Amino acid sequence: MKTDEKMNYKHYNKFYGRLDFMKFRNVFFTVSSVLIVLGIISLFVFKLNLGVDFSSGTRVDIQSPTNQTMPLNKVVRSLQKMGYQTEEPVLSGAHNDVATVQLRQVLNQNQVAKLRSAMQKQFGANPTISTVSPQVGRDLAKNGIFALILASIFIIIYVWIRFEFLQGLTAVLALIHDAFIIITVFSLLHIEVNILFISAVLTIVGYSINDSIVTFDRVRENIKLSRRRLATLQEFGDIVNLSIRETLTRSVNTVLTVLFPVICLLIFGSPSIRTFTIALFVGLICGVYSSICIACPLWAVMKTKYVASRKKKRTVQVQN
Amino acid sequence: MVKKGHLFSFFAILIVAGVIMAMIAQPIIHNVKLGLDLKGGFEVLYQVEPLKAGQKIDKDTMSNAVAAINKRINVLGVSEPNISIENGNRIRVQLPGVKDEKRARKLLSTTANLTFRDYKDRLMLDGSDLVPGKAKVGFDNLNKPLVTLRLKDPNKFAKVTRKIMNENPNVLVIWLDYQKGDSFLKQVNKKKHKFISAPSVDSVLNTSDVQITGMSSVQEATTLKDLLNSGSLPVKMKEIYSNSVGAQFGQDSMKETLFAGAIGVAVIFLFMLFFYRLGGLIADITLVFYVFIVMGVFVGLQAVLTLPGIAALILGIGMAVDANIITLERIKDEIRSGKTILSAFRAGNHRALPTVVDANITTIIAAAVLFVLGESAIKGFAVMLLISNIITFITSIYGARLFLGLLVHSKLLNNKPGLLGVKRSDIREN
Repeated sequence: MKTDEKMNYKHYNKFYGRLDFMKFRNVFFTVSSVLIVLGIISLFVFKLNLGVDFSSGTRVDIQSPTNQTMPLNKVVRSLQKMGYQTEEPVLSGAHNDVATVQLRQVLNQNQVAKLRSAMQKQFGANPTISTVSPQVGRDLAKNGIFALILASIFIIIYVWIRFEFLQGLTAVLALIHDAFIIITVFSLLHIEVNILFISAVLTIVGYSINDSIVTFDRVRENIKLSRRRLATLQEFGDIVNLSIRETLTRSVNTVLTVLFPVICLLIFGSPSIRTFTIALFVGLICGVYSSICIACPLWAVMKTKYVASRKKKRTVQVQN
Repeated sequence: MVKKGHLFSFFAILIVAGVIMAMIAQPIIHNVKLGLDLKGGFEVLYQVEPLKAGQKIDKDTMSNAVAAINKRINVLGVSEPNISIENGNRIRVQLPGVKDEKRARKLLSTTANLTFRDYKDRLMLDGSDLVPGKAKVGFDNLNKPLVTLRLKDPNKFAKVTRKIMNENPNVLVIWLDYQKGDSFLKQVNKKKHKFISAPSVDSVLNTSDVQITGMSSVQEATTLKDLLNSGSLPVKMKEIYSNSVGAQFGQDSMKETLFAGAIGVAVIFLFMLFFYRLGGLIADITLVFYVFIVMGVFVGLQAVLTLPGIAALILGIGMAVDANIITLERIKDEIRSGKTILSAFRAGNHRALPTVVDANITTIIAAAVLFVLGESAIKGFAVMLLISNIITFITSIYGARLFLGLLVHSKLLNNKPGLLGVKRSDIREN
């Protein structure tokens, strides 16, 4: 077969050379569908653990001045003694030296001042206190979703102009898939969603589309090189396989170079951006997977159907 | 034969760039504006509401309010305050490095409408009767703090005091932020009354200097003086969001994030060296330039560095490396297909460019949307991401091409594909 010859000529990496992404496409599609269904169920059952940024209330972080483990129970008890309903008390930091407690109430100026001096007296540390009224939280969430939709629309338009509509569509499907998986992981593991989460999801949107584009870029090139009118799923599949293999080293290396700092941030970074780094970590891995295993095979399937329907139309016209 | 001229240019450019970076490193580090999540301090988001019924909240009122807040912040002596209008009727005030949060908050949100009323709460004098900027703190003969004011018109004060003198009780009640429904008669017997003081008036006072007593501490007197001198707010401000970060917490966050970033970048450097050899070395060099230029532009724009900003910088490095990887992979492909190093370099750069451009533009689109729609913390992230992406074009595309080009043209690499990480056995025979 002609495409096979070309594959042999261009292909060098012995390991990647044997990978057949089209063969397992149904496995990939099933895995992703299951994940998405799981995500929907999880969103209904566990919901999202919205931080004060998106709901309303007060968040108190107290860091031990001596880098020792904070007595979380003591913190919670003294907050309750002051008459506050506490939620989600957690310890974080390298030595468990930061205690974070959410309060249901939106504290006013005087209450914040009182709480501050009480904590200072008891634990010798100046706490970080943030309060959010319900209105602000709602606006923030609305703004974030709006930003996500707007960015997606602009990206689709750009890909449409530079590539083709079906590639833009599958790339954006892969991107929505990634964003949704991040949300699923956060829902399942009950990780707090705060304002940084939105920036993380948007960064992943940029990355995911980036990956898809690099691969589609190669698909576009290989179609040109093949100089044939492609029609069957086998033919489109071969092009997709070839393109993925050719760009796989780049895809893996790139995601590794971005993952290095993210993993470092996850291990050594400040607890206050942990949400951000977890979202990035999940999103980056998802992003590579979805562009290679979802976007490209899906495009091959859709493209074949599109070409077939065009052909059918043409035959019908000729018969008439 | 190796062409020495190209090698010379290569090292000359490196040395010059190195010297420039060494020179600008200090000013960059000293001029970085740190956000309050890194420095400690606090921020408040105020919802602006009309002071009187029927007052419209428009652009003018908002900018007047911001001007008044600015004056008050000057009193606090915060070095890098950040005041911005959001959503048309909200004001975000960020005060990094503020020590006395309680005083700052009081100073910010008090409307500071000083009024003089009689015992029936009828208005006698208000802030507009005062000479602006003339309030002072002093002490009475018992060494208790007091605030002195200057009135515009002594005759008016004489008129007011004559009227009060004949009332019973003959008190001149001094209120700060009198609200409808407040009443002297209801408050007077409380231990902690809402008005500042209520001196009795026994004679007609024909003077322009007025003293307010009844302050419990020098600090309270100073706050009142500052409020009066910076003028009253034209609106009412309701706190709807506040965030205060302990200085220690902020510093630790920054240290941890920078440390993590440094390790991450070090791993990237080693990885690139291992995988792309000389190509990786050049990628690493351009990365160093990249960090310097991004930070320089960031400081030049007077943008505020926040925690998400540092994260964006570290991520930006990852994306800049991506541009290098795409190009170097292409060059390797071309070498493997049997091209000479020079033509592989040319073809690889040529073919990688559109891919890198497309990939970066999509990220720029996302960052631009964030910049326009985002608020404070997200905006800091977006600014850094935008700068990073644009600088990537300069360093990772043109910078890397320049450096690698000099080496390639020097013929140093001829017949040595191993220097770019290509095994000889992988090269297809022509």
